[in-house]
Amino acid sequence: MRDVTTLTILGGVNKEGVPECINKIKVNKGEIIGIVGPTGSGKSTLIDDIEQLARGDTSSGRHVLVNGEVPDASVRVDPRLKLVAQLSQKMHFLADMTVEDFLVMHARSRGKGPELVERVLQLANTLTGEPIALHHHLTALSGGQSRSLMTADIAVISDSPVVLIDEIENAGIRKQEALELLACEGKIVVVVTHDPVLALMATRRIVMKNGGMVDVITTSSQEQQICCKIAEVDNWLLSLRETIRRGDLVEGTV
Amino acid sequence: MKLVVLAGTPGSGKTSLLLHTIKALLSLGSRPAVVKIDCLWTDDDQRFIRLGIPVQVGLAKDMCPDHFTIYNTEDMLRWAHAQGADLLLNETAGLCLRCAPYPDACLAVCVIDVTTGPNTPLKVGPLLTTADVVVMTKGDVVSQAEREVFRERVLDVNPGCSIVEANGLTGKGSFELAELIRVSPDTVTNMKLRYNPPLAICSLCTGEMRVARKHHMGVLRSLDGSMGYRGE
Repeated sequence: MRDVTTLTILGGVNKEGVPECINKIKVNKGEIIGIVGPTGSGKSTLIDDIEQLARGDTSSGRHVLVNGEVPDASVRVDPRLKLVAQLSQKMHFLADMTVEDFLVMHARSRGKGPELVERVLQLANTLTGEPIALHHHLTALSGGQSRSLMTADIAVISDSPVVLIDEIENAGIRKQEALELLACEGKIVVVVTHDPVLALMATRRIVMKNGGMVDVITTSSQEQQICCKIAEVDNWLLSLRETIRRGDLVEGTV
Repeated sequence: MKLVVLAGTPGSGKTSLLLHTIKALLSLGSRPAVVKIDCLWTDDDQRFIRLGIPVQVGLAKDMCPDHFTIYNTEDMLRWAHAQGADLLLNETAGLCLRCAPYPDACLAVCVIDVTTGPNTPLKVGPLLTTADVVVMTKGDVVSQAEREVFRERVLDVNPGCSIVEANGLTGKGSFELAELIRVSPDTVTNMKLRYNPPLAICSLCTGEMRVARKHHMGVLRSLDGSMGYRGE
């Protein structure tokens, strides 16, 4: 894989056209960085800026540098060279194709062979309680199935040094496993989230307000301890969810 | 004078894309003029006028809108020149997908909506396959994987094109398109079309309204694909 050791975001302007409080953030290889802020604060725009490696040509006027340099134009657009994989907020597919046809086509667009298709499917099925089959139509998949497939697709086919994740928590999938899958060693992971577990798994989090980056908070050791506790509660809730899905009784399991 | 011909199905986002691209072109020092071609009615000219550039509307009415565009290309260029423009942006109506109103000496831009699904590039025909630049719009509505599959399908049918991913709401992609326009060559006189217009002429082209087959004459194709001349 092409090596990305740092990703640098140079600040632009907020929605009023005022320069952002944070004018430079450098993210290192192996780091998970969060983006937090209310609806409409510009989180998705920041994610988009990173996805297209903005060079002052987006509404925010931000620049994104790779290893401290302006990346080559081909790296921005050609999926075979792309440095960035993105798991967006989208919960459904619109393409009227079977799972298999879609994955074969996507592997080809990334310059990879059809042998990856089985791996994507296996991985997706570890993330969702409702099994997906190759002959299923994409448009008929549930939200959880779609998200699991998108996540596994990114881990296997779009395997890129930078991974962007937009709101994984609403997806009805095993979110910590999903994050660990995507954030494997040596990647830079940017995650938009208000989920306490995911936000505190990040080493730092960027705070957004009115379209601009206003603060960067480093996760304290105390916050990390809290994160472990919440994770336990979270896994417990997820197991209860599965119990209910199976049609079993919750009483007696508690 | 540069000529940009922008085509694409209705609702694909041509006008929104063009509005953002004009702003980017103005910031690069270009002097664009716009001719908007439509079939029966449009008020898009009002949106362009707000940008303070010369705008002209052409309504094709009874004529095929793509044929109308081609027939009036010289006139449009003369008009743009008289307005002091150095760049004519021609937004076509874009309807039947059979014609491609691109002359050879223009920058041919095809706008295509990603949400219509990855089989669409196979259906669009010369409008897409003979374009220099293909602009994929509404990509924010689908996942990155779907955008990449769509892109692959576009490259299957038009391997040499430049692809721009754009968003008519945020203006994403407009600087990229403006830059491609800026470096495109000037137009010439004696242009030729890139792709031949459809086979003509049948009696429907000249106004026949009766449906029964016996009333039709000309070069006609049947449902089974066979084609022949009927008439005197």
